[in-house]
Amino acid sequence: MVDFEVSELPPSEHPEEGETAPDFTRPLVNREFWEDVSLSELTAEGPVLLVFTPMDGDFPATYVWNELRDRAWDEGRDLQVVGLSISTPYEHRGFIHEREMEYALFSDPANDVGREYGIDHELDGMTGISEPRPAVFLLDADRTVRYAWVAEEWPDFPEYDEIEDAIESL
Amino acid sequence: MADQPPITFYRLQGCPYCERVTRKLGEYDLEYHSRFVEAMHSERDAVKRVSGVRTVPVIVDENTGVTMAESANIAEYLDRTYGEEAGA
Repeated sequence: MVDFEVSELPPSEHPEEGETAPDFTRPLVNREFWEDVSLSELTAEGPVLLVFTPMDGDFPATYVWNELRDRAWDEGRDLQVVGLSISTPYEHRGFIHEREMEYALFSDPANDVGREYGIDHELDGMTGISEPRPAVFLLDADRTVRYAWVAEEWPDFPEYDEIEDAIESL
Repeated sequence: MADQPPITFYRLQGCPYCERVTRKLGEYDLEYHSRFVEAMHSERDAVKRVSGVRTVPVIVDENTGVTMAESANIAEYLDRTYGEEAGA
């Protein structure tokens, strides 16, 4: 039982399991620098967990990345965990340092990737700003979606245990 | 990374010395890959590891095996390697 109201989001048209996730190129920010990187360059090296979050800042992105950092699914496993939000490279850099995390984050301020993935979300009360809704895609080496989770309400958080099962059955 | 251009350019956003190198790379129509680094000088370990210094710009040119800092030196190097005088 929740004692507060969550908003339902309209249906989304996102890549489903078995489909190929769209490729894109965006600045990928790590602890030390950023550079343009394509999703396909990452998947060419092995499976990728692509995590869309709300913009860096308050609790939504913080909760997700604290959880992913603590679960450390990539440790001892052929898996890359990578994020994406509308935050700029400078914000990502600060966020990565604050969270003391090793994961790199794509920067997509115009939310084109969110639209391409069919998960864009117009923020109520922040006119002119849209961002991807929270979503997680587990991709194999040819960008085939092996697991997909997309938020159906706002706020919403990934099904971490389901993701873990999907990773273990790769 | 697959299909990377042979020149990697370590730069800061809006740094005039870096822009000088940007113009020179454009002048010779050279393909390059930009790596934007920390503005804080003391935190630029990525640059320090490749070049031995924490200043930008730095370029790494895999065509020639050259790693170079300082915009004036880089401009001169690009002129010499890719300009009219090259191969003359």
